Amino acid sequence: MPLKIEISKGLNIPLKGKAEKILSPGQIIGSTIALKPTDFPNLTPKAAIKEGDKVKAGDVIFYDKNTPEIKFTSPVSGTLKSIVRGERRKILEFVIEADSIIEYQQFTVGDVANLSKEQITELLLNSGTWPFVRQRPYNIIANPTDTPKAIFISGFDSSPLAPDLDFLLNGQDADFQKGIQALKKLTEGDIHLTVNGVFPTSKLFENTKDVELHTIVGPHPAGNVGIQIHHIDPMNKGEVVWFIHPQDVLIIGRLFNKGIFDATRIIALTGSEVEKPRYYRTILGSSIDKFLKDNIKPGNHRYISGNVLTGTRIGKEDFLGFYHHQITVIPDGNQYEFMGWLAPGFNKFSLSRTFFSWLMPNKEYVINANVRGGRRALMITGNFEKVFPMDLLPMQLLKAMIIEDIDLMEKLGIYEVVEEDFALCEFVDTSKTDIQAIVRKGLDLMIKELN
Amino acid sequence: MKGLRNYLDKIKPNFSKGGKFEKLHSFYDAIDTLLFVPNKVTSSGSHIRDAIDMKRTMFLVVIALIPALLFGMWNVGYQHFNMLGLYADKTFWEVFAFGLIKVLPIVVVSYATGLTIEIIFAQYRGHDVPEGFFVTGMLIPLILPVSIPLWMVVLATTFAVIIGVEAFGGAGMNIFNPALLARAFLFFAYPSQMSGDKVWVAGLPTAEGVVDGFSGATPLAHIAQNELPKMASFSDMFYGFIPGSIGETSTFAILIGALLLIWTGIGSWKIMLSGVLGALSLGALLQWIGHGNPEITNAYFHIPAYYHLVLGGFAFGIVFMATDPVSASQTEKGKWIYGFLIGVFAVLIRAFNPAYPEGVMLAILLLNAWASLIDHYVIEANIKKRLKRIKIKV
Repeated sequence: MPLKIEISKGLNIPLKGKAEKILSPGQIIGSTIALKPTDFPNLTPKAAIKEGDKVKAGDVIFYDKNTPEIKFTSPVSGTLKSIVRGERRKILEFVIEADSIIEYQQFTVGDVANLSKEQITELLLNSGTWPFVRQRPYNIIANPTDTPKAIFISGFDSSPLAPDLDFLLNGQDADFQKGIQALKKLTEGDIHLTVNGVFPTSKLFENTKDVELHTIVGPHPAGNVGIQIHHIDPMNKGEVVWFIHPQDVLIIGRLFNKGIFDATRIIALTGSEVEKPRYYRTILGSSIDKFLKDNIKPGNHRYISGNVLTGTRIGKEDFLGFYHHQITVIPDGNQYEFMGWLAPGFNKFSLSRTFFSWLMPNKEYVINANVRGGRRALMITGNFEKVFPMDLLPMQLLKAMIIEDIDLMEKLGIYEVVEEDFALCEFVDTSKTDIQAIVRKGLDLMIKELN
Repeated sequence: MKGLRNYLDKIKPNFSKGGKFEKLHSFYDAIDTLLFVPNKVTSSGSHIRDAIDMKRTMFLVVIALIPALLFGMWNVGYQHFNMLGLYADKTFWEVFAFGLIKVLPIVVVSYATGLTIEIIFAQYRGHDVPEGFFVTGMLIPLILPVSIPLWMVVLATTFAVIIGVEAFGGAGMNIFNPALLARAFLFFAYPSQMSGDKVWVAGLPTAEGVVDGFSGATPLAHIAQNELPKMASFSDMFYGFIPGSIGETSTFAILIGALLLIWTGIGSWKIMLSGVLGALSLGALLQWIGHGNPEITNAYFHIPAYYHLVLGGFAFGIVFMATDPVSASQTEKGKWIYGFLIGVFAVLIRAFNPAYPEGVMLAILLLNAWASLIDHYVIEANIKKRLKRIKIKV
């Protein structure tokens, strides 16, 4: 049954640098492509090929050591240039030098309607599209042997400077429908697609069959799939749901329509330090150098794959993350501010009204990556609750994670949350605690203790 | 400001590990971060952070205390000259200056004592100096009688910081509000300096030329002694032209601070509102029982319920002490219960315990102790709700 959800808690952070709805012509692929095992929490990568080996798009680059069926395939044809390793020889990146024209590995797909769950699963695994499907609890790649109680898709992104998903999906109705058709076979329950109730639903979503179409109205994190799950069909102990980004549904759709791993992706280049924020057609794992060229204001910047709340910090020649559809460039903020805590603060954004910026509710802000204060004990209460639209006790759950009390975490609802659900708590936290890292640690502990 | 920054950067190595003044690192760090917001950038999680930090938070609480402090200074002068019958001859500034001279030393001593201990502990524990004492250091003078000897301020502050805060592991881990603990310490250790009719007006016990009939008693004392006719008018009590602890007399000045705390989002309006409701409920019940029952001699049965809000330290306590996030209930639902019970107990102690004319201090300390218990039940309720969800499905 379609639901109309309304939430009031949350916070829209009004940043400068939203992407204009202009799609840069052609497909721009960076000078190199990389797959980063670090994009996948709790994954131990094992290389399938050696440096210098040639690959086609769709050929396996590496796989999960613990679940070898889960494979990661190259989005382009080319040569594996290097395997970048970090501390203790941990693999950080598989860097691929792309050919000028992409050659695709052909997969035999057949008609989705006639395929069984097992056959579809196998195809997704072999083509490297499986890792797009993630599961809750724990925010990790879905386990191919599970049958989830439902699959959730958020039809919009409410995070700061987020791309407009309707714009990303525009005109690709057939691929989207095909992707949904394939996913539908993987679950016994429904596919829940939730769209922003403020705007009219796009034709593409409205016409999609095999989904339950819900609407949600409210500030960020209304677009986070976790909030939608909590209000549509909350997670209990032992249950598994899967979720996937709409643009990745397209990639699965293309697999079944064309028989190839076509990881083309439209991304938004955003942030206050971008001269002309707009959209680009590129490919999974592309290096970001070509988008930034002649399009960045001078200065010391922070480059983020993803949004400012949950994205990954990258260098200016690094790569787009596996689950990211956006690049954000903000000032680095590596400078002292004289008596900053005393200033009236007309240009300082805060959930509280402790700075005079509350006088200008419609202002857009340039916010840099400075921590804005010293790390303190968790003293202030009541702020997390203002930005946490779930019927959970965020502060108490966080403290249960800090003391590593498995039993208490479970009781307080750890199965319902992942890092991104606490991102706003981390933003508003007066004590400047790195909360998402604590949540990840808590989730990893649960995985370790329960399996 | 670049020069100052360069200078700080230049001397910084001396205070780092292995430097000449290694033992003063926390002190240096406190000064440095006070002057400059550090250049530290986010390393994990959210790349951007809210502009608020602990310094801004505590600074705004101190700002919210300023009206009460300034009025308190003036009122010290006013009470003094009123006692001598000289008020009419004095200018506003003469009155204020008298209070300033009386109050400022208490404030300075409170800050100096507390900050010294905080810095020593921060150095010893190897962490930054917490900002909490900026507020505590201001709260302590405002809840003491003006005639308090300075050595008692030192003693009480030391007790509050060491036993009240550091013994629990530092700021953020304490169970009781440290400022109230300082007051409670003096109240029980030196009752003669903390209660009675003689301590609330500067110079009272020894003064010569006190006008006839001036007792120095607070309105609470008048009620406790069943002398309702002698009690100040409601408007005098609301605006604060009455004897009492330095900063607590003017409900009006406190209200300005309360509005600032609520508007900025720093103070919990839930605690303040439920506290007021708690006091009004029991106050109204007493008034209802007392109405038409003149045989009840307890004067608390014969005053309007809303008098409780302007009497004694109620307004100050509920606005500035009960809302201390560390010692209050931490769950949002718990805050309603916590605040309400403070209101109820404050009136209960006032009305039924002849040993303590004022109940707010003890009510807040009692609820500080119960806050975790309240939270426990709120958390259990939340857990039960989640368990029930599974049962419905099965």
